[in-house]
Amino acid sequence: MNSGSEYDVAIIGAGLSGLAAGIRLAHFGKRVCIFERHNAVGGLNSFYSIGGRKFDVGLHAVTNFVPEGVKGTPLGKILRQLRIDRDEFALCPQKGSRVAFGPRGEHELHFSNDFALLESEVAARFPRQIDGFRGIAAHIRTMPLAGGEAGTSARGFIRRSIDDPLLEDMLLCPLMFYGSAREDDMDLGQFSIMFRALYLEGFARPFEGVRVMMRVLLEKYRAAGGERRMKCGVRSIVSREGRASALVLDSGEEIQATHVLSSIGSAETMALMGAKTTAGRTLGYVETISVLDRPPSALGWGSDTIVFFNDSERFTYRDPTAAADLRSGIICFPNNFKYGEGRELKEGFFRVTCLANYEAWTGLTPEAYRAQKAALFPEVQRAAMRFLPRLDPPDALSRATVATDMFTPTTVEKYTGHFRGAIYGAADKHPDGRTPLSNVYLCGTDQGMLGIVGSMLSGISMANQHVLQAQQGAS
Amino acid sequence: MTNDECKKVVLDIIADIAPDEDLSNVKPDVRLRDQLQLDSMDFLDIVMELRKRHGIEVPEADYIRLASLDSCAEYLVPKFNALAAKS
Repeated sequence: MNSGSEYDVAIIGAGLSGLAAGIRLAHFGKRVCIFERHNAVGGLNSFYSIGGRKFDVGLHAVTNFVPEGVKGTPLGKILRQLRIDRDEFALCPQKGSRVAFGPRGEHELHFSNDFALLESEVAARFPRQIDGFRGIAAHIRTMPLAGGEAGTSARGFIRRSIDDPLLEDMLLCPLMFYGSAREDDMDLGQFSIMFRALYLEGFARPFEGVRVMMRVLLEKYRAAGGERRMKCGVRSIVSREGRASALVLDSGEEIQATHVLSSIGSAETMALMGAKTTAGRTLGYVETISVLDRPPSALGWGSDTIVFFNDSERFTYRDPTAAADLRSGIICFPNNFKYGEGRELKEGFFRVTCLANYEAWTGLTPEAYRAQKAALFPEVQRAAMRFLPRLDPPDALSRATVATDMFTPTTVEKYTGHFRGAIYGAADKHPDGRTPLSNVYLCGTDQGMLGIVGSMLSGISMANQHVLQAQQGAS
Repeated sequence: MTNDECKKVVLDIIADIAPDEDLSNVKPDVRLRDQLQLDSMDFLDIVMELRKRHGIEVPEADYIRLASLDSCAEYLVPKFNALAAKS
């Protein structure tokens, strides 16, 4: 698909933000090429196969899901701007999720794609807090889709309305786990984006996983005339007089482009420019995946879609000192979406995700790394199972397990190139996408929007703002 | 081209870029923004489609003239007719 080495726009990275930006630009007749070092598209939301089984990376659920007919939402915006029909993504809504706190999960808040459920849960369990909670929701409904109010503490904002630390932590836990690059607190803008994405809107998943969405994006991009070069990383960005003058590929080949959109992260982009960067503190995760010979409900585990758990008095969202922080985490059952009558995933899946320390997973010999994984796998699962109905017999999970897999921060770093395997990028976001070079812009995780829908919206808005609207202004 | 034909061209474009909007009762004399969920990016898309499908160029200074269906017709019909006369 290589038709030359001069483009209107070069995009670094074929994740969701890069692909969305590419589609948008190609629609407008731009000569655009996406350069991806890996052999698969998707970036932090990719997929892979082992032993004939298909696995999703990253994706537990697509957030920001709203049913057909709900207007003025991020999902509607991306469908519209990418000319995607709702049905193409084939999103199936969740059954229902919960936050479970306390040593055995005795404090619970259930939520679903109907905000009224969470509202009634808060009213029933925290009756003194319900007015404050409604006030928070009302305020967030008035905030811009892209967040705003950077530099304001979300905890400070919540405490103006709610004075029960348990409720404060229970509300923050899912939002932090699904999108905070900052430890223990969130920027109010990020909080409002995530509150909308998880609570006001909701979760969904295509029956066949994230690959369905990737296929749609690739097809749109190809049809619009976009080019894509796989296994073709960008080694450096050459600059002259404050502008990028060329991209040097891993092969040594040089590419010229009027604009460069980089989806690889802020520090990662600065490194391509030759700047000395420190990655700073980041948050990484381990995830265990068990493939089961039956649906999780057949183990007596009910119909939870996602469970966010924490066993301690306060919820700690920090880079742990140990290999993994087993006090809290996320359970995901991809089986528990409403796929429609008679449609069930062929196998059961039980995924558990916990915060992990990057350093604890680096510098190990391959044997030591494998041993650490093997030792931690059952511990992560045991931590999660405290928040699920007890199994009968106790070894029912291992009996039902037909395959397992596990990823760590180093797995993420290896396949995505994100420093330290950071899932949500650096703590400091760049909402305007600007970099020290006037024709290089960021999109993706470090631009500030999160989740699958957020990534696509990021790519679209950066392409609009820096390339399409800028050009209109100049003409 | 008549004013009504021109309005249909614009509505067809809006139907494609905003398939989730109900276009059956769009009032010609009311701003499109006030009756449909269209933002400035959607207008950029309308302009792009006018260029791609019909070869009509709308400079940014003239975007304001696309505000309602009536103003679209008033502004675009002469452009369509000039284009037809040239070919």
